[in-house]
Amino acid sequence: MLAWTIYISFLGALVLLLLPSRSAALVRVLALTTTLVTFAITLTAFLQHRSGEMFTVVDYPWISSMGIHFSLKADGISLTLLLLTGVIGVCGVLFSWDVDHRIKEFFAFYLVLIGAVYGVFLSFDLFLLFVFYEIVVIPKYFLIAIWGSTRREYAAMKLVLYSFIGSAMVLVGLIAAYVVAGSHSMSLGDLAGYPYPPHFQMWAFPLVFVGFGILAGLWPFHTWAPTGHVAAPTAASMLLAGVVMKLGAYGCLRVAMTLFPLGLAPWGFHVLGVGSWRDVFAVLAVIGILYGALVALVQKDFKFVIGYSSISHMGFILLGLMTLNQIGLSGAVVQMVSHGILAGLLFAVVGRMVYARTHTRDLPALGPMHLSKLLPFAAFTFVVAGMASMGLPGFSGFAAELMILIGVWHSYPTLILFVGIGLIAGVAYIWRAMQQAFFAGTSAPALEPEHPLPPITFPEKLGAGILICSSVIVGTFPQVFLSVIHPALNSPLFQGLRKGGW
Amino acid sequence: MNAIHYGQLLQLAWPEIILTIAALIALAADLLFLRRSPSHVRFLVAASIASIGCIAAIFKLLPGSSEGALLGGVLLSNPATHLVQIALLVIAILTLFLSVDSAFTDHVGEFVLLILLATTGMMFLVASQDLLVIFISLELLSLSVYILAGFDKRSPRSSEAALKYFLFGGMSAAFMLFGFSLLYGFSNSTNLVQIANAIHGVPLNPLVILAIVTTVIGFGFKIAAAPFHFWAPDVYQGAPTPSAAFIASGSKVASFFIFFQVLVIGFAGAEGSATLHHFQSGWVPVIVAVAVVSMLLGNLVAITQTSLRRLLAYSAVAHAGYMLLAFVAHSEQSLAALLYYVATYALATLGIFGILAVTEKHLGNDKISGLAGLSRRAPFLSACLFIFVLSLAGIPPLSGFFAKFLLFSAVLAVSSGSKLLIGLIIFAIGMSAVSLYYYLRVLKSAFVADPPVDAAKVPAPVLMQLVIGLLAAGVVALGCAPDLILNQILNVIHASGL
Repeated sequence: MLAWTIYISFLGALVLLLLPSRSAALVRVLALTTTLVTFAITLTAFLQHRSGEMFTVVDYPWISSMGIHFSLKADGISLTLLLLTGVIGVCGVLFSWDVDHRIKEFFAFYLVLIGAVYGVFLSFDLFLLFVFYEIVVIPKYFLIAIWGSTRREYAAMKLVLYSFIGSAMVLVGLIAAYVVAGSHSMSLGDLAGYPYPPHFQMWAFPLVFVGFGILAGLWPFHTWAPTGHVAAPTAASMLLAGVVMKLGAYGCLRVAMTLFPLGLAPWGFHVLGVGSWRDVFAVLAVIGILYGALVALVQKDFKFVIGYSSISHMGFILLGLMTLNQIGLSGAVVQMVSHGILAGLLFAVVGRMVYARTHTRDLPALGPMHLSKLLPFAAFTFVVAGMASMGLPGFSGFAAELMILIGVWHSYPTLILFVGIGLIAGVAYIWRAMQQAFFAGTSAPALEPEHPLPPITFPEKLGAGILICSSVIVGTFPQVFLSVIHPALNSPLFQGLRKGGW
Repeated sequence: MNAIHYGQLLQLAWPEIILTIAALIALAADLLFLRRSPSHVRFLVAASIASIGCIAAIFKLLPGSSEGALLGGVLLSNPATHLVQIALLVIAILTLFLSVDSAFTDHVGEFVLLILLATTGMMFLVASQDLLVIFISLELLSLSVYILAGFDKRSPRSSEAALKYFLFGGMSAAFMLFGFSLLYGFSNSTNLVQIANAIHGVPLNPLVILAIVTTVIGFGFKIAAAPFHFWAPDVYQGAPTPSAAFIASGSKVASFFIFFQVLVIGFAGAEGSATLHHFQSGWVPVIVAVAVVSMLLGNLVAITQTSLRRLLAYSAVAHAGYMLLAFVAHSEQSLAALLYYVATYALATLGIFGILAVTEKHLGNDKISGLAGLSRRAPFLSACLFIFVLSLAGIPPLSGFFAKFLLFSAVLAVSSGSKLLIGLIIFAIGMSAVSLYYYLRVLKSAFVADPPVDAAKVPAPVLMQLVIGLLAAGVVALGCAPDLILNQILNVIHASGL
């Protein structure tokens, strides 16, 4: 059943391209239907498989001479992320309701992207996973280069090259893993069970981890992200920050860490107090948290604030992975969901609700417009999303970051201080953006915008509502997700990881 | 020396004979009956006759046909040669139908004749393990394609291309012949297996090293590997589109296959080793050097090109570099990977040239910027362009990706921890990331840029669309289901004992 999420998305894209009608409304409804159906499928699967253990969706022999299977499996972690993809997919369409330039191609690329993301989260065969992972790259390029804004061609190319270099590193690691194991299988289960020699893991692990980490915004390879997010059209930003960056984090956890758990083991010597790849990536993650937050604090462009905040939040995920304890890892997965929802929401407010109406994202220019009065719904949504992003209790960000912090407390007590500074900076940049964009200049008379701002439309309200509700659900009932994530983390797949210092 | 069996010769050479007869019939029909018909009727008739010949030859080559070896390898007939020959014939048919709507020449019969003669040359080329026959068939191929490159008499660029191709080709053939003569002097035989028996032993005789280098120069020219690639950009740009397509696809397939055979069989035991710690002279270090230079130069120079044909030429240099890695591994797996790679590469290249044939007619040049807005002026063609270009770039699920995957894993499989091979693979994969930049520039022009204000739809003849569509379907199908031909390739290689 779950496999149909992939097929339906690709089919939807094909139907859109071949659609003879020029009616924009029909195209939108078709795209919305496609994403709604895939969302319904993921939701059903999520509710059906409450045990969180791995189950097989489909498994056919594909390329027999290489032992490659078309194998889709899901467990609690992938189910959680599939659900996130479903939600973001639907909301992305809702927030793209105004696109009318080459609309068929827009939604066709959009659906291909969504389908490939589902594919990555479902693949259990590493070759298949890589195929979907690469398919993600191409629609991103065209979505940004055709429908984007600020320096779109530059940003699109930069993003694609970064992603491609990342996947090239992953490819080297995967081929090496396949060849060294010599087991004539690309199945993650088989390869993760193979005891690779430690010195091989020592170079393969960082290679694959950084390869995936590039897409997850790992500092200092994050620079594609802010420019890419800013240039992308709203729906693409939502997908990019919401789910595509999660692909990287998912790959780090699911592929790099399960295949090469000994790569995390100590080197046996210390350089500047750092004694293993685990320490290296933990430090890089913390730098990412601080750097993203501090840079977000001084941006003039509203969308750049959100772009850099993504780097900061993705840092939490990577740090959570490096804690290597159950609470930290589950926190990382919940943070993937939380950041997916919130980044989607924030980009929707900035890109669709504000920029599409005011045609500027310059914070000093937005202030005098009194947007809190002109666009009260946008202001409301941003305040709520900002609160959630800061980590106020009751929202998803709080639950996730708390778990990660507890995990860090166990593994890296010295880093807590820096993470704390990052959290405070996180409050500050959201506060500053909120104040400058929506609530500045109350004393001065309102500057009339050059043209009246159209009111917030129904699809936008609906999309915002869905995302806010999702965040609240994750924040108030994290148990719903944890109950499927924990069994997945305790499954045989992560056995190597658990032995290596968990 | 055993006596030659003419009966056997006839039996083994049937496909080539059929092809030659078809070529003559096509020429005669064109010259005798169709002189006054419009050019595309002439093309259609000649191409149909030629294709019937090709198809008849393919039937002769299907599994179950006669196998054997004449005079210990002068003319071979085994499943592997059959498979490669079928691929060559398919490419010839596709090239012929891609040329049907072109108007670069009045000498239709001669054009078709030359395509078929070149194909005959290639078929003999891949079916021999004897230096003399290899050289003669290579010359038959080369002379035909020199003329094909200059076939557009009205275009100075075409003549320039042909002249350059001829001069470089003549020189490299001289090198190769020199090397062959050394080998003959050394081993007293022109048979590859006997040569290998004579030359193995460490350290290698300096004459053998010289022979290795000159052989690599000779074949390196045919496969457009750097630094023997200087003809490629000019020929790709100047030659008439069908000729360029043929040179870029068919002649590559044949040359790569026989190059592999000559090195692996003829110089067996002279591989040498290119690792830093135990460097040994032999052909592997030479190939490694050529491969690295090709990948580097091809990819970097392609970035700056503004003409799509020149870009294809440099990307061909880069692809030659990737494919040479299969030589470094020289295993059964890597030969399979090489064949898969070169076949799918040929399909994608043919497709792009087919699209160029249509667009150049309407846009007047092959500038990448000229493709602006093609996605709205010719949606079907640009969809196919999308597939071909991304396949060359190695994006899954297209066949170009699987070819790379297969090739790289075949090379790593024999590496057994050799830092050099791992380093080469990392370099190759890194370079293919670079290549994405210039491939995306082509697609950016076609899909992102807006069409010129007065742009009309680009009409494409139905037959062209059909052929291009078939090629695109092939590229997608082979990528999604590599088993379609991969098992076949592995089986025939195994059965032929290569």
